[in-house]
Amino acid sequence: MEILKQISESLEKGDFNRVGELTQQALDQGLDPKVILDDGLIAGMSIVGQKFKVHEIFLPDVLLAAKAMYAGMDLLKPLMIKENIPSIGKVVMGTVQGDLHDIGKNLVSIMLKGAGLDVIDLGNDVPPAKFVDTAISENADVIGISTLLTTTMPVMGEVVEMAKERGVYGKVKIIVGGAPLNADYAEQIGADAYCFDGVNAVDCVKRFLGAG
Amino acid sequence: MRPTLRFLSDQLIEQIVSEAQELLSKIGVEIHNDNVTSLLADNGARVDNEKKRVFISRDLIESCVKAAPKAFKLYDVFGEEAVDLSGYNINFVPGSASINILDYESDRIRRPVTSDIVDFTKLMSGMQYIDSQATSIVPSDVPEKISDSYRLYLSLIHCSKPVVTGAFTIDAFNVMKDMQVAIRRSRDELKSKPLTIFSCCPTAPLKWSNVTSQNLLDCAEYFIPVEYISMPLTGFMAPVTLVGTLIQHTAETLSGIVISQLANPGAPVLYGGSPSVFDIRYETTPMGDVGTMMIDCAYNEVGKHLGLPTQAYIGLSDSKQLDAQAGLETSMGATLAALSGINSISGPGMLDFESCFSLEKLVVDNEICGMIQRMVQGIEPKEDFPCLPHFEEMMKEQHLLIYDHTRKYLKSEIHFPGNVINRANKARWEEEGSLTLRERAHKEVERIIEGYEAPELSEEIIMELRNLMETEAKKHGMDRLPVSD
Ligand code: B12
Repeated sequence: MEILKQISESLEKGDFNRVGELTQQALDQGLDPKVILDDGLIAGMSIVGQKFKVHEIFLPDVLLAAKAMYAGMDLLKPLMIKENIPSIGKVVMGTVQGDLHDIGKNLVSIMLKGAGLDVIDLGNDVPPAKFVDTAISENADVIGISTLLTTTMPVMGEVVEMAKERGVYGKVKIIVGGAPLNADYAEQIGADAYCFDGVNAVDCVKRFLGAG
Repeated sequence: MRPTLRFLSDQLIEQIVSEAQELLSKIGVEIHNDNVTSLLADNGARVDNEKKRVFISRDLIESCVKAAPKAFKLYDVFGEEAVDLSGYNINFVPGSASINILDYESDRIRRPVTSDIVDFTKLMSGMQYIDSQATSIVPSDVPEKISDSYRLYLSLIHCSKPVVTGAFTIDAFNVMKDMQVAIRRSRDELKSKPLTIFSCCPTAPLKWSNVTSQNLLDCAEYFIPVEYISMPLTGFMAPVTLVGTLIQHTAETLSGIVISQLANPGAPVLYGGSPSVFDIRYETTPMGDVGTMMIDCAYNEVGKHLGLPTQAYIGLSDSKQLDAQAGLETSMGATLAALSGINSISGPGMLDFESCFSLEKLVVDNEICGMIQRMVQGIEPKEDFPCLPHFEEMMKEQHLLIYDHTRKYLKSEIHFPGNVINRANKARWEEEGSLTLRERAHKEVERIIEGYEAPELSEEIIMELRNLMETEAKKHGMDRLPVSD
């Protein structure tokens, strides 16, 4: 459909005003919000993601596209809630207790949101229980944990243990990231995946949601 | 004449400082520590408790800058003077707190263990041109909670040079301070002869965390020097322009000075930092970027203008290997830093955005430091006027190889590098095994570690340090420390 293609293209350019206008037009034409989301906004955002991955475009281009995505989402959200259309997935993000490095975590949150996921960002210095409590109360699909300090790496393991205690381990997938981590460490503490950047995180979360 | 480099005019520096003061009085600084907030409030700063913001007036900033010492010295574990942080003096310090090490045998990056740190401290003892050590490598074979104090422990018992370090938590400060008091035998002696510098980082933009601001108070109490490590990231967590980033760096650093000087007037501080250009293409913070280096040199000029000794993370590389990139980024940074007169130049040995240490690189970088130390001595006449006698001698003898003037000045005038830098002709180089830089550097590492002699600390002090460390380790669930020699 022409208008969906236009939404996707304007989103790629980061033209947030235009994306807002076009989304409204599409709704006025009677298109289904879910279709506008999937075939307009998210379609555009995946192209952006692809280009970013191959270094054709850079972070600010992605952020601009994400801003355009929200311009459309803001219009679709209320309708989707009303019609009970579930979001494609919900991620609880945070930097662990004792660690204040949040730049990487923020970037990952932005990328996840850009991919159409709901992200609840708990900020930094987050106690283990808060990750799990929030995931349960918000019915989240994924917990994303960040740390840049070796001293606070074990706190990630505590989050995993707590998820086991509360009986959500396996149901809520746990992904971890940050400079001192690697796949081995993630496996050792029982996390479901390690991701080295935002694009990687998006792919990984999508994989989990597809499988789940 | 000492060759000196300037990026900023006096007028621009004054504008930058003035704008930074404006920021601190209008936007203020966010402080997540009640002790610090009340200290500032007691000294007349306006506090917005809800937003945790503290607004600092120009007057308060200026009086605190005045209270800070213009210079200070560091002393080795025996109490001998080792480092003079004043004027345009330069001192090199290895990069700090790497979470990885570049393993020579496998040429792979891996997690470091105690034996790597011991090798590092032994190697550091033989680094002729690097006068301070640092807790450069974070061990993976002890509980994470003691990885900061344990590094300091190993440094102090194996290498006598003063140490640039830092605490990752509030609690760790205590044992790290106790170790220093144990070495100096009293708190007063530690005050008069500082042994370490603690790195304390504000968070961009304009924020102090609970841990790092408490570290400032604790260091000030014991007169342990601190270096403020403000890290604005251009175009991301700071304005994209170098001047804008400098304004933010100045504001963050001034706020640190205010905290330290209110806590204990006269507490020794370094006007430091680790700002960086943000590479939007890879989401990284390159230390080897030319803009990063320019910001470093320029904030050092601001620090000098304020009359304070300076520090920077410059003279390191983002490469993952000991390759040409590692060499060019390190030497470019270190050269610019030295020409700018940055007093404490942190970087040697470091790769991968401050994440990976290489012993072989340290040895190469030591050569860079040596060359640079020669360079900043500049060009001075040494019995060169009148020149006639020298030329008459040359005409007569056909060379000057054994001439008095040559013998007198050869060693001080000409800097000859060590074994890492190859100056043999091709045939000789081939005959000696056609060794690559990496291989030569490794041979040097082995040679220096082989020849290492432990500092002769008294049994009593060693026992005391060991007890402190073991008690700390037990507290965190480790009954026996890894074998360290
Ligand atoms: C910027 C920085 C800071 C800033 C942080 C500002 C902020 N708001 O975050 C400040 C100045 C505050 C800071 C403070 C400190 N820092 Co610091 N810091 C850095 C630095 C230079 C860059 C980190 C960064 O932001 N990189 C850019 C981002 C985009 O990359 P990233 O974080 O790696 O994130 C990417 C991936 O890892 C991944 N990812 C990250 N999180 C997650 C999460 C999930 C779920 C997923 C899927 C993916 C993912 O995706 C991201 C996007 O690509 C690193 C060096 C380094 N090489 O990492 C040191 C570093 C991490 N810091 C270090 C230290 C020691 C400290 C301090 C303790 C120093 C001190 N004594 O004061 C304090 C910590 C205080 C505390 N309790 O937290 C050490 C850590 C050593 C160790 N043993 O752990 C490092 C390695 C530097 C060093 N060698 O000294 N630091």
